[in-house]
Amino acid sequence: MIHFPQLIGRTVLAGLTTAGRLSIFTVVALIHCVRPPFYPRLILRQMIEIGYYSLPVVGLTAIFTGMVLALQSHTGFSRFEAEAAIPNVVVISITRELGPVLAALMVAGRVGAAMAAEIGTMRVTEQIDALTTLSTNPMKYLVAPRLIAALVMLPCLVLVADIIGVLGGYLVSTYKLGLNPGNYLRNTWEFLEPIDVTSGLVKAAVFGFIVALLGCYNGYYSKGGAQGVGAATTSAVVGASILILASDYIVTELFFSR
Amino acid sequence: MTEAAPKIAIRDLHKAFGDKKVLNGIDLDVGIGESLVVIGGSGTGKSVMIKCVLGIVEPDSGSIKVDGEEVVGMPARERERVLSKFGMLFQGGALFDSLSVWENVAFGLVAGKGMGRIEAKEIALRKLGAVGLGPEVGELSPAELSGGMQKRVALARAIATEPEIIFFDEPTTGLDPIMGDVINDLVKKCVQALGATALSITHDMASVRRIADRVAMIYNGRIIWNGSVKDIDRSGNDHVDQFIHGRAEGPIKMPIRPL
Repeated sequence: MIHFPQLIGRTVLAGLTTAGRLSIFTVVALIHCVRPPFYPRLILRQMIEIGYYSLPVVGLTAIFTGMVLALQSHTGFSRFEAEAAIPNVVVISITRELGPVLAALMVAGRVGAAMAAEIGTMRVTEQIDALTTLSTNPMKYLVAPRLIAALVMLPCLVLVADIIGVLGGYLVSTYKLGLNPGNYLRNTWEFLEPIDVTSGLVKAAVFGFIVALLGCYNGYYSKGGAQGVGAATTSAVVGASILILASDYIVTELFFSR
Repeated sequence: MTEAAPKIAIRDLHKAFGDKKVLNGIDLDVGIGESLVVIGGSGTGKSVMIKCVLGIVEPDSGSIKVDGEEVVGMPARERERVLSKFGMLFQGGALFDSLSVWENVAFGLVAGKGMGRIEAKEIALRKLGAVGLGPEVGELSPAELSGGMQKRVALARAIATEPEIIFFDEPTTGLDPIMGDVINDLVKKCVQALGATALSITHDMASVRRIADRVAMIYNGRIIWNGSVKDIDRSGNDHVDQFIHGRAEGPIKMPIRPL
């Protein structure tokens, strides 16, 4: 029978242990990202996996988000005859928030889970130990290419998501809600400022790093066979999703608080 | 014990996982060019011992010297240099799923030694031939191979860099007796051809008699007997006798409760 204070103590200690181990893992991984040798072939493969193969899911998420955003904005703004503000709301929401956050959450589900499962399986089948015996550092070979690729490709994906999201809003606003296409595009372009896009791209880079870091970390320390790999995959997606939302607030605060 | 300086010298090696003491003061020497087989029951610390030598598991205390060089607590970069002397055949093969068979075999040459892929492929196909696999196998993925073929590919990978020291972790586990004998034969031939020092761990007594020059038995985290393979049947040690004859009765007790 565990007493309540003991339970709290154990939980806090476990949390601190995980935080400490993740911090060390992050520092070691970053060192391997900047110190040669590099594996360009692996980085390219991961860039294709993370960037190219995530395009359909990120594109679909973005277009429907833009469409829903236009529809909901219209519902609210039409009460005040402020339909002209719809393009502004759509483009600001997509570029600053919804584009990076939703793209990152989709990539966390698709790529972060796959990274945790792949590296976790390599751990439990001794493939990571085999890398060590073949004079290859697993952090450099497995973790660094994934971190670099995610850091580079998430902003690219978000840029595409921004364009597709705005297009979704445009389609609904012009074809369904009857807004003037020329006015819509002009309002979008005139209201958009460079900081809206750059803040979103910085967020995307941070989110990409988080997704790859959590995927690699959970896979790297997975144990206990198939069940352990399953748990690692769940932790990777849940942990990355929470950290994405938390870091979203921090980056927004850094960019826009006065 | 060998007279010359040993290739690997392990002294008073301790390792515990939580409350469970796995290694409890291991002392073991492996001579240059010698084939030493460590026997012992499941969970007695055989795998942990070789993982300590390879730096995959950090021991709690003790000393491990390779060619007279202390490797416990060695910085990662230095360790990579020492590890280039080693080859390892893992129990489950541990072949990389994402690479083809020849890429697996050539991995240590390309990633570890920086060799070009074309040259590395030539060597990999030659090594595959040495373990009885044709070049067509090189293009397959590990998942397409049988258990025996996977073991042979893993053996080809272990010898591809022509290491000075090769570790074999349960080389015949999970194989039928004929394939087990084929693997034993290959292990012996490869070690002799390379003039390598070999350290194997196994439960399989057929394997022991086939590949060992010397045998050591591990029990309760210590080496309780070691001697020439020729002397194993008259070791005078009850634990060794019970193990090599596979008897349930003897000093080694299994914690089994009545049904």
